[in-house]
Amino acid sequence: MNVESPVRVEDKLYYNRYLVDIGHPHVKVRAHTTPSPQLLALLKACPARCYELNDNGQVEITVDGCIECGTCRVIAEPTGDIEWSHPRGGYGVQFKFG
Amino acid sequence: MIEERFDAIVVGAGMAGNAAALTMAKRGMKVLQLERGEYPGSKNVQGAILYADMLEKLIPEFREEAPLERHVIEQRFWMMDDRSHVGMHYRSDEFNEERPNRYTIIRAQFDKWFSSKVREAGATLLCETTVTELVRDERERIVGVRTDRRDGEIHADVVVLAEGVNGLLGTRAGLRARPRPDNVALAVKEMHFLPRETIEARFNLKGDEGVVIEAAGTISRGMTGMGFIYANKECISLGIGCLVADFQRTGQTPYGLLDQFKSHPSVAPLVAGSEVKEYSAHLIPEGGYKSIPQLYGEGWVVVGDAAQLNNAIHREGSNLAMTSGRIAAEAIGLVKSRGEPMSAANLSIYKKMLDDSFVIKDLKKYKDLPPLMHTQSQNFFLTYPQLISKAMQNFVRVDGTPKAEKEKATLKSFVKARSWAGLFGDACRLARAWR
Repeated sequence: MNVESPVRVEDKLYYNRYLVDIGHPHVKVRAHTTPSPQLLALLKACPARCYELNDNGQVEITVDGCIECGTCRVIAEPTGDIEWSHPRGGYGVQFKFG
Repeated sequence: MIEERFDAIVVGAGMAGNAAALTMAKRGMKVLQLERGEYPGSKNVQGAILYADMLEKLIPEFREEAPLERHVIEQRFWMMDDRSHVGMHYRSDEFNEERPNRYTIIRAQFDKWFSSKVREAGATLLCETTVTELVRDERERIVGVRTDRRDGEIHADVVVLAEGVNGLLGTRAGLRARPRPDNVALAVKEMHFLPRETIEARFNLKGDEGVVIEAAGTISRGMTGMGFIYANKECISLGIGCLVADFQRTGQTPYGLLDQFKSHPSVAPLVAGSEVKEYSAHLIPEGGYKSIPQLYGEGWVVVGDAAQLNNAIHREGSNLAMTSGRIAAEAIGLVKSRGEPMSAANLSIYKKMLDDSFVIKDLKKYKDLPPLMHTQSQNFFLTYPQLISKAMQNFVRVDGTPKAEKEKATLKSFVKARSWAGLFGDACRLARAWR
């Protein structure tokens, strides 16, 4: 029942249209040595799986597939773990259907 | 700085922003609307059901031109366990009326049309423009906005914050609190395309008739959440949402939940063979009445999802957004027509008008339900659906057991799972919160 299904989020994101603002990520993770519980929660809670653990056990973000829901902001901005802004005008996900 | 001065700046081109901008432009006010997406709707996500009454108040003739999908003639509620669902369906030919009450829509397409009406009414729309900051004067009043365009400062008498559930401006400026994990849900959704004849056959529909299904139960794995399936003309909107606090607590993944819902034996045949064309996610305000923030201040008002105006019980959000946008605009129009400044004291009329509308009255009615659902999620979303499913199976399966024994077994399973006191308490709590 609680076994993680082998869902490939990348395949889902492939359906979407993005205008990536190269070099201007709209969400940033604060530098850390050991991630907080809030940061670790993002590995699972982010619906686009933008957050990943690197080899040193730190949480990293790649915003290219972000669908701008704000879940990570709600969880990890209060602790200062991440900085969240909207993408610059015209950039980011552009929903065809919404 | 842009020298031109506006009567009002509306931040956002969703339901609330469009309703506000349209209402003010129709009154002859000079309105500037700012939208960060490439086109209106490109950042907006909803199930989506449109309630005719609230749009009719803004655009009476909308049925002739708006991109509507299907008018809803049937509502299904499903209580699900892993292999079954207990359903309550309401279908009526009366919904095949000349002016139907509810429609399914596709937001990106609908919002483009809605925005065209706003511009026809005389408002100026600037897309691809992210508002980065509110501008204050020396007396701390909001007097305009700063955008990410060059020379991006623009001034107006009043700023309408229609920036959505995840709006940054109001929270950064300290006008309201950031949404908390326990008062917003995260919903994920896929658009499944199928030939329209296939959809009509699978959902028992003819012509433009439509069906919506709302589902709760073990699909949310004990979290406070709901699934939905809405029939559009040539696609099906399928999604599921749960409280962010529950995702955080359980470590469940939104996409894992979505794929499990999609493969449920009651759901899979409805979308079999479909082509998925989009995957989206959005936050939904779930806090209800108790999480509504300060709605107005010196030179500003907040409307729609940004103000947490969402009826989680009836799954109504966009009509509250439209109505709050319209009422805020009417209040602003009233202040302007008296030639008075857009001060907090004068703008307080917006709250008075909203209090008198169904928006606040409905949210007040259910003010205790969100906390109940959020703290009792294991019972309401896991235990009861399983018990009810077993009871139904016990009722319909014929196996030679005397009926009295079957009923006894059903009752016993309820008492065992929740105890008499628990059952009584749950019933009382639910009744009290509903009333």
